[in-house]
Amino acid sequence: MDQIQKDILQQVADIHEVPEGAYNIRANGKTESRNTTANIDIVSKEDKPGIDIIIKPGTKNESLHIPVIISESGLKDLVYNDFYIGEGSDVTIVAGCGIHNCGDQTSQHDGIHSFHVGKNARVKYIEKHYGENDPNAPGKNIMNPTTIVEIEEGGYMEMETTQIKGIDDTLRDTKAVLKGEGAKLVVRDKLMTHGNQHADAVFSVLMDGLGSSCDLISRAVAKDDSTQTFKADIVGNAKCASHTECDAIIMDNAKISASPQIVANDLDAALIHEAAIGKIAGEQLIKLMTLGLTEEEGEEEIIGGFLE
Amino acid sequence: MLELKNVSFQVVDENNANKEIIKNVSLKIDDKKFIAITGPNGGGKSTLAKLIVGIYEPTEGQLLFDGVDITHMSLTERAIVGVSFAFQSPVRFKGIKVKDLMTLAAGKETTVAQACEFLSEVGLCARDYIDRDVDGSLSGGELKRIEIAQLIARDTKLSVLDEPEAGIDLWSFSNLIKVFEKMRAERDRNILIISHQERILDIADEIVVIKDGEIVAYDKKDEILPELLKGTAGCKFYQD
Repeated sequence: MDQIQKDILQQVADIHEVPEGAYNIRANGKTESRNTTANIDIVSKEDKPGIDIIIKPGTKNESLHIPVIISESGLKDLVYNDFYIGEGSDVTIVAGCGIHNCGDQTSQHDGIHSFHVGKNARVKYIEKHYGENDPNAPGKNIMNPTTIVEIEEGGYMEMETTQIKGIDDTLRDTKAVLKGEGAKLVVRDKLMTHGNQHADAVFSVLMDGLGSSCDLISRAVAKDDSTQTFKADIVGNAKCASHTECDAIIMDNAKISASPQIVANDLDAALIHEAAIGKIAGEQLIKLMTLGLTEEEGEEEIIGGFLE
Repeated sequence: MLELKNVSFQVVDENNANKEIIKNVSLKIDDKKFIAITGPNGGGKSTLAKLIVGIYEPTEGQLLFDGVDITHMSLTERAIVGVSFAFQSPVRFKGIKVKDLMTLAAGKETTVAQACEFLSEVGLCARDYIDRDVDGSLSGGELKRIEIAQLIARDTKLSVLDEPEAGIDLWSFSNLIKVFEKMRAERDRNILIISHQERILDIADEIVVIKDGEIVAYDKKDEILPELLKGTAGCKFYQD
């Protein structure tokens, strides 16, 4: 790996070189390095690009890193990763994709991740998307992550997804089915766009399992001339509970549209949605300025906290 | 020393007419003084405080702080030269923690132990608060005390507090009085408090009474408080 690739790895996965535990590092469309453990197996797919990750039942406190790095301008990378999280296991998966664009061509990564969360399994999934360009390199950076989740009885998945910088266009599509009794999904999504960027975020959650629940919090900031759309479609088909919160700050000439939908198909489905879009409150800036911050420093503090 | 020279503040009201909120106010506040500003609601107390800290800029007149003209200084600049402000209704934030505000107030990276010290001074069990968001999960009284803890952390030459008693329960109020007494005793500072509370007025060195945008009285506490305590109906300061 060269220095640019190492820097991107640091940005998207908080690691310098190879991580501990199981990993699969994909660079410029190919597997750069891989490590499996006694409990976590990684197998390349034969019919299409991507990998199958098989986590043995009962695997506890292990982690898996699967970062993707693109440093060739104009590369279009498509990958299918399937995760089989064994019954009763408890693991952390760190994904993430970083693009360094050094030219004028569009670089693109489309990752389709499918999670099969077994009975009583717990998984924490951390995904960070990041892009950067060489000075005077106008090439666009595009990422279209699709995340498909199925959770069995008593299973739990927590997703921490972040896109803060450098992605010109994105469609972030998450589809989840909470199949089993007591299945639970928690999502913390953070998104910031700037310049002329555009981002679409779509969440669709079906709660079929008795007592299943979903807690989705999305925080978004749109600056400059950027635009964002947010769509959430939460369907309760059984006794279930969900809480969706979509909170956004707009600045400059940015535009955000949010279309939340909640559908109760069962008398005992309790679904809540909260949505708010607005500029930074003037009184918040005034308060921080009375502590000695400039207006710009105040804005940074407010946005930094909001996306923390 | 803080000096206001012929300060006026006008706004345009809903009928597009000019309305004078503060009228030609002149005031000298000497160093190391605890001053209470009181007077009927709508008389211009909060506006005067906001003119002093720089949230509003006067339409006429001049403000001097230690001889320096601060009339056109921004909020940030006034904060840097040594003016602090505790809001009547503390501002809430999503994602900013009590520790973050305390660190910003102290002007340097604050250790948990230091932040705890400031919070303990206002009667908050610091470890329970330090990592909490400054948002709707805190009660009005808790937010007010955190607001005052920030003044202690800032430790500037002038502290302006806008009705610190509003929204505070009785028990907390007694403790707050102790906080102000301590600030006054230990710190070589100017404190300017807007208040209607007798107990706060009672610990002031001097009291300023503002009505209809004008100072109607400014004197030692012992001269003014007895008049105020005769009751609103009999008080000359509140009469038309």
